[in-house]
Amino acid sequence: MQKELIRLENIVKNYGETQILKGINLYINDSEFLTILGPSGCGKTTTLRVIGGFEQPTQGRVWFDGKEMTHVPPHKRQVNTVFQKYALFTHMNVFENVAFGLRLKKTPNDEVERRVNAMLDMVNLSGYGKRDATSLSGGEQQRVAIARALVNRPKVLLLDEPLGALDLKLRKEMQLELKTMQKQLGITFIYVTHDQEEALTMSDTVVVMNKGSIQQIGTPIDIYNEPKNAFVANFIGQSNIIPGVMNRDLEVTFDGHTFPCVDSGFGTETPVDVVVRPEDVQLVEEGRGQLSGIVESLIFKGVHYEMVVDTGSFHFLVQSTAAVQPGVRTDLLIAPDAIHIMKKGGAE
Amino acid sequence: MKKNPIARLFSSVYGVLVFTFMYAPIVVLIVFSFNKLKSRGKWGGFTLDWYRALFENDTIMSALWNTLSIALLSSTIAIIVGTMAAIGIFFMNKHWRKVHMNVAYLPVMNADIVTGISLLLVFSVLGIRLGYVSLLLAHVTFNIPYVILSVMPKLQQLEWHTYEAAQDLGASPVQAFFKAVLPELMPGVVTGFLLAFTLSIDDFVISYFTAGAGVSTLSVTIYSMARKGIKPEINALSAIMFVTVLVLLLIINFRNNASQQKKLK
Repeated sequence: MQKELIRLENIVKNYGETQILKGINLYINDSEFLTILGPSGCGKTTTLRVIGGFEQPTQGRVWFDGKEMTHVPPHKRQVNTVFQKYALFTHMNVFENVAFGLRLKKTPNDEVERRVNAMLDMVNLSGYGKRDATSLSGGEQQRVAIARALVNRPKVLLLDEPLGALDLKLRKEMQLELKTMQKQLGITFIYVTHDQEEALTMSDTVVVMNKGSIQQIGTPIDIYNEPKNAFVANFIGQSNIIPGVMNRDLEVTFDGHTFPCVDSGFGTETPVDVVVRPEDVQLVEEGRGQLSGIVESLIFKGVHYEMVVDTGSFHFLVQSTAAVQPGVRTDLLIAPDAIHIMKKGGAE
Repeated sequence: MKKNPIARLFSSVYGVLVFTFMYAPIVVLIVFSFNKLKSRGKWGGFTLDWYRALFENDTIMSALWNTLSIALLSSTIAIIVGTMAAIGIFFMNKHWRKVHMNVAYLPVMNADIVTGISLLLVFSVLGIRLGYVSLLLAHVTFNIPYVILSVMPKLQQLEWHTYEAAQDLGASPVQAFFKAVLPELMPGVVTGFLLAFTLSIDDFVISYFTAGAGVSTLSVTIYSMARKGIKPEINALSAIMFVTVLVLLLIINFRNNASQQKKLK
């Protein structure tokens, strides 16, 4: 049974006239890796800062382990943060940076030494203690920032786009390392990013935000396969979003053809948005598919080819390992379980 | 790069001329402070008599004490007030920041005599008796802008996330300021202190108006002594002041270069 650790209750944040957060409701379990995902300016960093105590919500309450924390200042919260730009103390060496929190708590010297060195070991920086914080590479500075936060044994670690400044290869490595660390330590990570792949790779739970509201909360698989609206579908990977009509349960009409599907509960003759992932559209010989179109473009993407097929009223994005040359007529086949129905609206 | 010989000639002539005009009088002054003869034209052999006489002169020694203590106190107060002011100005919105920075610049550009007379007026309106305190207040006043101007660039370079990071790690806002922010501002604060100290020692006009009858600084003492005719002691005293200010300026420049090199690295 998972224990609830943090609860955000109807959080509203205004900056002057602009509303940054429009009523965020969210609970976060103990030992969970939760990612807040969204485009820049969606309010994800502000949400994190409300949890860290750096922003006071205009309305709403923050609960931590059953106690209200809304107005508790940052230094009295059991959370630590890894900041986007590392925010290392440049006048201290690596050891003192990591020891900062322990020294404030008047921890005995031998314990400081032991814990800091153990932490530097964990982030693969053993022997770096005496180095100048500013002399390290971006990846190393980020490790110091992580060690500096984790050495205080927080219940929750907040990470604000911590890998944003690193190159792709290093970012992939760090993603795995962070996930391993989180499992090892068994603490809650709240991770903010705009990178959907990063969110899907690392998280137990993904919270998709846009324009100050939560769009969907779910496991990475849920979010990918069952996006709640067009925004989520578009933001998490590429999608074909086609306007359609739900005739009745298990039957939908879009692009002039009626398809069997697996969704129900939308009523009859309801306008809906239909999501079809590009890898779920099969290209078949003429006469054997449900729709027919002409290939407009063909791009080689490494693992697969990416094609755009024009059916006359809609341009389908299709990913396939087999290439069909531009100008060639082809049929499209979409399996019932590849069709995902969403309520209208929410599209950006 | 090859230099045109004429350009080279002109540049060296220009250099020699500049240094001659600027430093020849001071060199003469220093040389004559060691002159045995009281005469201002003839060399009578080396002596340290004038320096000795200087240190035995009570008026001069008390003026020296005033100068040093005022310089130390005023620059200390100025760095505290000036750093706080700089932080305050830094967090104002763009419009007010501009206004306040210009107001801060004004005393720097303003003629000393205007500053001196206006301070004198303020003191008499407020009923502050002229003396050590008024002198100190005057020095603090003209020192603060220099501190603001030397701390401001450090504030602009500062990564403010470190202030939040310190609080995140358990520091109260006050602790976070002293442990995370102030150390990063320190180079600017020290430069401000040295500048303020130098300017305080260097000042004559403002001190002349605000010191009153009882208290005197070195520059004011030299001036009143010189009115009765230039004595060789004055040469000695001026030489000491020149060397002190020169040393302070060298320290400031050396510090600036060192910090620039650190940045380049």
